[in-house]
Amino acid sequence: MSNDGMRFILVLAAFVYSQAASAAGLAEKGKAAFVQHGCWQCHGYLGQGGIAGKKLAPNPMPLEAMSAFVRNSSGAMPPYQKAILSDADLADIHAYLQSLPKAPDAKSIPLLNP
Amino acid sequence: MAHPGPRADRRKFLTGVVAAGAATAASTMTPPAARAAETAPRAPSALRPSMQIAAAETQTPRELARVPGIPGSDFMVDVIKTLDIKYLPANCASSYRAIHESLINYGANKMPEFLSCMHEESAVGMAHGYFKVAGKPLLTLCHGTVGLQHATMGIYNAWCDRVPVIVMGGNDMDAAHRPPGVPTFHSAQDINALVRDFTKWDDTPVSLEHFAQSFVRAYKIAMTPPYGPVMISLDAGLQQEPMKEHGGEKPAIPRYVPTAPPQGDSGAVKEAARLLAGAQNPLIVADRAARTANGVTLLVQLAELLQARVIDTGGRMNFPKTHYLSAPPSAIGSGDVILGLELSDFWGVVNSWTDNGMNGGIGTNGTRIKNGTKLISISSVELNTKANYQDFQRFQVVDVPMAGDAEATLPALIEAVKQAIANDRKAAIEKRGEAAKKAYAEGRARTREAAALAWDASPVSTARLCMETYNAVKHLDWSLVVSEGNVSNWPNRLWPMQKHYHWLGRSGGYGVGYGAPASVGAALANRDLGRFSVSIQSDGDLMYAPGVLWTAAKHKIPLLAVMHNNRAWHQEVMHVQRLSNFRNRVANLGGDLGPVGTSIQNPDIEYHKLAESMGWWAKGPIKDPAQLGPALKEAVKVVQAGQPALLNVWTQPR
Repeated sequence: MSNDGMRFILVLAAFVYSQAASAAGLAEKGKAAFVQHGCWQCHGYLGQGGIAGKKLAPNPMPLEAMSAFVRNSSGAMPPYQKAILSDADLADIHAYLQSLPKAPDAKSIPLLNP
Repeated sequence: MAHPGPRADRRKFLTGVVAAGAATAASTMTPPAARAAETAPRAPSALRPSMQIAAAETQTPRELARVPGIPGSDFMVDVIKTLDIKYLPANCASSYRAIHESLINYGANKMPEFLSCMHEESAVGMAHGYFKVAGKPLLTLCHGTVGLQHATMGIYNAWCDRVPVIVMGGNDMDAAHRPPGVPTFHSAQDINALVRDFTKWDDTPVSLEHFAQSFVRAYKIAMTPPYGPVMISLDAGLQQEPMKEHGGEKPAIPRYVPTAPPQGDSGAVKEAARLLAGAQNPLIVADRAARTANGVTLLVQLAELLQARVIDTGGRMNFPKTHYLSAPPSAIGSGDVILGLELSDFWGVVNSWTDNGMNGGIGTNGTRIKNGTKLISISSVELNTKANYQDFQRFQVVDVPMAGDAEATLPALIEAVKQAIANDRKAAIEKRGEAAKKAYAEGRARTREAAALAWDASPVSTARLCMETYNAVKHLDWSLVVSEGNVSNWPNRLWPMQKHYHWLGRSGGYGVGYGAPASVGAALANRDLGRFSVSIQSDGDLMYAPGVLWTAAKHKIPLLAVMHNNRAWHQEVMHVQRLSNFRNRVANLGGDLGPVGTSIQNPDIEYHKLAESMGWWAKGPIKDPAQLGPALKEAVKVVQAGQPALLNVWTQPR
């Protein structure tokens, strides 16, 4: 491999790493915001949902849709306006939800298949 | 008020004692009759004394009761014993000391057996839980004032949950003679007034004959559907005074003959059957329909006859969760004829209310059913509505309302439906059953997928908590006696509940603090029936009156309590957060996870140590779900050996 080729791979790796680190950082901030703003109260610490709130993760809805819903909800979910939840915090929360791994297949859990 | 006769006797007792003493003293002097005897010829001095005289002169005199005669409270125990009441959970109190003494000595502390309680609310809660397993009411005693004040929330829960509890409150009514100071602080004109709004009946007997009638009547009223708590004021004087003469016999005790439960009107039953038989998609919603195991059997018969899906709202175990006609609440919109059986809130079943701050903050109402849906109701509670407390809920117009007991009406309704089903409807009904089987299977799969989410989370997910618990008890004859604190209803969604005692319902009035005592009371009944009791015990609920843990250990009541410890009064966490959002304000957490005043943390309560200190086997805090299964295995063994056991598990909020 030429030096140029090697340089390109290193730059690409650094970019990917920084993107991943950035996403991880956002997710970490988002996790703190998720708790601080009380999202966990109805949706659970992993956004799994339950009787009081819908499932948010894994596979959250797109940020734009989530933002529109959170700002304007007139249903059971109380709205969060910008004064109490900034756009930046909302984006971080979305990053956190995106970072959550897929749940195990219910069929693979013996206790759910007695 | 006590009868003037015995009241006068009791209050003159001390005077009588003084008079008797004076007479004894006088006899040592030389009375006129004795002086006359001195002048008579002397009897021979060598006569042998009789055996009686010899005994009287040489032996220790027999001790006499300070209060002569048969205590009134002994007769009260005779009355109580006619009604086959097995236990008496109570916190001791001087205003009922006389009957307390009679119960444990004269009555030999059997039928009923006195169970030591730390709080009157615990005693009522135990009686509440006991009835839902045993089908028999318990009696509790308390101070008619301060003790009854403690007991009231438990009584309100029993009222809303249609459970009979017999409450007797001690009260010294005679202001002229009752002891001053504390006993007078603990007396009132009408103690029953405190609970009259949420008891079926109350009385203040003023004689022992009256007591006998009152007690048997109270039992009978409590045990006639709709069941409910009753209250008797027990005058201290009446308890303590000796029985009046009744020609040498005790007063008569009325025989208890159960009243047949009320049934729905036959014409209304026929009309209901016509509607159900002709419906495209009939639905049954059951809340406290199955008072007994037979109620479950009858409901299955009706549902299968119609191939109608059944929404069990969980007031009792009404319908097997394993049956393909078992349906979730969301199925309500599919019905064109809906039969509601003993619904505590018919409006809430067919309508929705959203707490969204709209309409000036009062929220939004909506319907959950289609236009033209016909509604049928069978409810005994219509026969027993009071005005003050609002447990009758919002008013719902119903097309065929029946004031009658659902379980008692079901046999007639089943027969009427059989008559009403036209032959040309049978194929459609069968097809409806096939659709229900498909919907049931799909619903189960969705529920399992939802339960798998956050399966390995720490704190432990409520689905994992419930299914680990089920896995630990599934090989036993289990009874889930309580599930408090809202675990997203996982037990009802995933446990294969089939038997009447697999699920006992909730508190009724949603008065928090029901779970711990009710689970102990239900476990007591299950112990006697050889069943294994398990509860999902929430943290907030336990801390209202944790002394009931001691009662369970003291009386060797085996119970597995698995804690849903989300470290908050979580309903209130969400309420205050919601209001903060509506008002566009950041909720003040004050260093906790939930808004100020709603969290139970900093410091965290070590419930396992609390339980250990009161004689329980306990372990915790368990935060890693992988540790839960092994801990449950240990705990089950302990409970099988007869000891209560508690696992303090840190959980997700819901």
